[in-house]
Amino acid sequence: MPQPADTLKGFALTFRQMFKKPITQQYPEYKRAVYPRFRGRHRLHRHENGLEKCIGCSLCAAACPADCIRVVPAENTATNRVSPGERYARIYEINLSRCIFCGYCELACPFDAITLGNEFELSEYSRDDLIYTKDMLLEPPVKRVPVASSELYDTPIPYYRSHS
Amino acid sequence: MTEPWWISLAKSVVLINVLLLAMAYTTWLERKLLARMQNRYGPNRAGPFGLMQPIADLVKMVRKESFFPVASSHAPYIAAPALSAATALAAFAVIPYGSGWTVADRHIDGVIADVPIGLILIFALGGIGIYGFIVGGWASESKYSLLGSMRTCAQLVSYEVSLALAVLGVVIMSQSLNLSEIVAKQGDTMWFVIPQFIGFLTFFIAGVAETSRPPFDLPEADTELVAGYHTEYSGMRWGLFQMAEYVNVIVLSALLVTLFFGGWHGPWEPLGPLWFFIKLVIFVSAFIWIRASLPRLRYDQLMRFGWKVLLPIATLNALVTALLAVWID
Repeated sequence: MPQPADTLKGFALTFRQMFKKPITQQYPEYKRAVYPRFRGRHRLHRHENGLEKCIGCSLCAAACPADCIRVVPAENTATNRVSPGERYARIYEINLSRCIFCGYCELACPFDAITLGNEFELSEYSRDDLIYTKDMLLEPPVKRVPVASSELYDTPIPYYRSHS
Repeated sequence: MTEPWWISLAKSVVLINVLLLAMAYTTWLERKLLARMQNRYGPNRAGPFGLMQPIADLVKMVRKESFFPVASSHAPYIAAPALSAATALAAFAVIPYGSGWTVADRHIDGVIADVPIGLILIFALGGIGIYGFIVGGWASESKYSLLGSMRTCAQLVSYEVSLALAVLGVVIMSQSLNLSEIVAKQGDTMWFVIPQFIGFLTFFIAGVAETSRPPFDLPEADTELVAGYHTEYSGMRWGLFQMAEYVNVIVLSALLVTLFFGGWHGPWEPLGPLWFFIKLVIFVSAFIWIRASLPRLRYDQLMRFGWKVLLPIATLNALVTALLAVWID
């Protein structure tokens, strides 16, 4: 049955909305703080004494469902000590065009050497630029991403996140 | 012929450009208004308030590769969008937008073509424009396009009847098919929206269906048919179809203004085009407002509404007007 009164009510509603402030967040200018456990781009970490935490065990590569991590280990020597263990990662590459940001690599890592950071603006003009090498992953992030306080969320922060 | 041919030509060139610009900014207005009604911003990146957005869209569409399906019939496929856009633009030629001016001892009419049967000409051009949609959908050799053009065909044919019958009351009251005379008559007496309110409502609703705007946008019901008759079109050919749609909206709004709201009549006569423009913008906004408010009809609802509700009302309105006209005489 036609209900003209209700139809007119609908028209009044759409008309009223015109004078309200839009709720859109203007993204590049306004960046919403990410969730404390947000999984963004990976980072590799060092110990306090400067040695890399990664010992080149390739467990992350084994755990990776997208098969985007490539680790080539090499032996530590007395003259060239990179990590505390026997071996270190001579090549550590993550192909971010394949990564699905599942976080299995940080779960698999026995030394908390790799964690997922907060950056998510990873666009590049070339696919080659999306292959992040060890040097790039060891660097602290160029752009700081605002992170929401974990107090706001009733969620535990995993050990490997809070201690890296 | 009161004016030399070169004045008519100059006026046509000016008006066609104004119309194309108006069409471009109708898309901007639609996106902006629709966005605000949905608590969004709408285009706001290209230029201040996104005002350069239509130009950016045009550049993008012109530069796009204009491919066509291998199985398509090439000649009709290419001709269809041009036909739709050209007839839509041509329909505006008979719509009066001013009282006429005298510049340097030469009289300039407030209309491009002062045709005695202007109203019929507009319907005829609209009828030809439908061929563009049907042929375009058929020539694409795609099921979605064919379904879309079949729906377009059925819908536009059913609603054109109501559309033509709804203006009959106006024609009877003004005793003319010439749009300039209809406007002049309204200037002498009153706007026809008052005596012909039922006619105005039926014409408006049938007009929304005729331009296949929501809630009657079944020809391009995106949830069922991808995009209807222009599914296989891209680039500026698709742009021409969109152009035809928006110019049709403008022409229909202009027709509403001319037939029911006194055309270019306003508080101060020499500013005729301004009053015309203001009324036009109000009606185009009303089209957008309707789009923001109403959900799409189902196909059987559309047909039932067209044939069982709108057509009897339009017929009765024409009959009653005719009887009253005879009785008063």
